Amino acid sequence: MKQGLVAILFTNELGQKMKSRPISPHIQVYRPQLTSVMSITHRISGSILLLMALLWVWWLAALVSGPDAYAQFAAFTGSIVGKLILIAITWALFYHLSNGIRHLLWDAGWLLNLKGAYSSGWTVIVISVLATVILWGAAL
Amino acid sequence: MSLRTPLAIARNHGSAHDGVHHWWQQRLTAMALVPLLLWLVCAVVSLSQMDYMGAKQWLAEPLNATLSVLLTWVMAIHARLGVQVILEDYVSTRWQEVLLQILTRFIAFAGAAAASLFIVMIAAGR
Repeated sequence: MKQGLVAILFTNELGQKMKSRPISPHIQVYRPQLTSVMSITHRISGSILLLMALLWVWWLAALVSGPDAYAQFAAFTGSIVGKLILIAITWALFYHLSNGIRHLLWDAGWLLNLKGAYSSGWTVIVISVLATVILWGAAL
Repeated sequence: MSLRTPLAIARNHGSAHDGVHHWWQQRLTAMALVPLLLWLVCAVVSLSQMDYMGAKQWLAEPLNATLSVLLTWVMAIHARLGVQVILEDYVSTRWQEVLLQILTRFIAFAGAAAASLFIVMIAAGR
């Protein structure tokens, strides 16, 4: 049992065997489609949102630490780099949020056909871009 | 080295009965995040007009503090589930993956614990 666990954890024999097996056609042979590009973008936007979680903790820590720490936080979010990050987060948030709702609708059994997948997909893209432009159009 | 196949080893141990646990947790937190994030966007828009004292007073309000703690934990769980799947898919060396999976959980829950403490401190008037 112990030996088995160690083998699975560290040598991964199965993984070594898998490498020498023939593999199915890989991602490069497929023409990108709206659905596949939006699928990987969901993952990318989710990763960008890790920055939002980081900023959230930083903001709270700055609030607790005092005016100087808060000024540092404000200086960063007010800088050009900070603003670019905030714009990226804004877009990622609205993309991940609306595409997440799209996924929940799929889980409920709705929009599960080509027409539904494409119309909801374009809706998500329009919402994410529009919300970012509206929110930052007023601020900049 | 055992000659038994992985399937033979797994057999008769029964189901762990948590096959849909990850899936369901991800969906449940996703549903909770829809209203929480819309609230956050509205909050950030008004907070961007406030100074230090204003922001502190805003967070000290019970409703804002409660929703902030909720957002913190739901976001931490949702994020750690997402990162878990990304690591499972892209890190092919097993020990590196296990290490990163452990770190992901530690960071997610340490971050959420720290954030909760900060919110409680502000709400308590510190």
